[in-house]
Amino acid sequence: MTEKIVLVNEDGIRTDGRKLSELRPIKLEVGILSNADGSAYIEQGKNKILAAVYGPREVHPRHMALPDRALLRCRYHMAPFSVEERKSPAPSRREVELSKVIREAFEPAIFLEKFPRTSIDLFIEVLQADGGTRCAGVTVASLALADAGIPMKDLIVACAAGKAGGHLVLDLNDIEDKEGEADIPVAYMPSFNAVSLLQMDGLLTIEEFQQAINLALEGCKQIYALQKEALKAKYQAIKESTEVTEEE
Amino acid sequence: MPFLFENRQIVTPGDLLAEGDYLAGFNTYKRDSKIYASRLGLVEYKGRKIDVVALNTFYIPSVGDLVIGKIVESNLHGWTVDINSPYPAILRTSEALNRPFKPQRDDLSEFLDVDDLILAKVISFDRTRDPNLTIREPDLGKIKYGQIVKVSPAKIPRIIGRKGSMIGMLKKETRCNITVGQNGLVLVSGRNREDERIAIMAIKKIEEEAHTTGLTDRITEMVRKERGEVT
Repeated sequence: MTEKIVLVNEDGIRTDGRKLSELRPIKLEVGILSNADGSAYIEQGKNKILAAVYGPREVHPRHMALPDRALLRCRYHMAPFSVEERKSPAPSRREVELSKVIREAFEPAIFLEKFPRTSIDLFIEVLQADGGTRCAGVTVASLALADAGIPMKDLIVACAAGKAGGHLVLDLNDIEDKEGEADIPVAYMPSFNAVSLLQMDGLLTIEEFQQAINLALEGCKQIYALQKEALKAKYQAIKESTEVTEEE
Repeated sequence: MPFLFENRQIVTPGDLLAEGDYLAGFNTYKRDSKIYASRLGLVEYKGRKIDVVALNTFYIPSVGDLVIGKIVESNLHGWTVDINSPYPAILRTSEALNRPFKPQRDDLSEFLDVDDLILAKVISFDRTRDPNLTIREPDLGKIKYGQIVKVSPAKIPRIIGRKGSMIGMLKKETRCNITVGQNGLVLVSGRNREDERIAIMAIKKIEEEAHTTGLTDRITEMVRKERGEVT
């Protein structure tokens, strides 16, 4: 590499014009697929991700059914056109791992024990990727679960923090993730102050690690407010429109 | 402690509804004397009890429920019925026929065949075993005419209304016979197609606007307007 990329300039502004602890613009929409029991869509910066939930429903194949709780299955998948170079549609090692960690992030939040011998199937489809897709994936998936009417202890929200260009930054994009020093995705249940997913790659000192986590949790809280708004928006519009007609 | 939301305000899973000596009702749970919502819905504070009326749910069978189901399979001793629930239901021959059944002599498909629709009642269910149905009661059994509308099971109480006010009005105004299955399927049978069309339209509207107020009046108005245009 001949030229070094400047991830953060001297004014503390990042490659996409954000400040160090600023999130990318987020757009959330709930209930956009009519065939699924629950669905949601997120745009976070250039990320575009769709989530669909089916169930609780009968388990197929039958032998996988659990006698004491529901079986949660999760598929994180990136579309072949989601990245610049075509990605093979077959699940890669990375996708299999992410499916597992996302499933494990959701297991403590859902009341699985209420629906024994059934399965809840969660699909996360990345249409366009720009770094931090696992976090955005967890954020939409949680909305899709709530939309499906599956009882949960809390919505799960995820956000990454890390180090790029020598600074601690919030919500890393693709280039900061690849060229930066470290990346920590965190999934969080704000009502209980509980973390259900924590990963890290790169190098950080212990102090930096603690600061980065706190930064990520702050980001999570901001996204949590957006999640609640998106869930309510689906029903609020109808409610308001009928109230207007009544006043007339 | 004051309540943290207004009555009938929309809440999301994880919202703290109240703290202190309260009882967790439907779609809520208690943790360290705090009551949280577990589903997206409208909160209802009823004295000490706190409920969330869910905006979308699936059907979990309960003993005594009237359901509409579709036969998916017939085997030696009975039928498997799809009742729009995570758990498939079982209808045994002893709960369908008024006389003893001999597999070597009788053919099950003569009574009920795959794809037949039935109106049935849940007689047992405990989550460890699949629900059992019965059709040995008056008015239960094979559905021979009418149309089926599928709605979210969460909206069924709204279609019935307080003490049956909504359903009573609908039956009167549309002149259709309407049977509501607790599992989210509604049977509409009228004297002609036009009556049924209006009834189905009204049911769809109730489903869409279930969480709003003054719905019964608006539905009455809509049905009357539709009828006026026809006659």
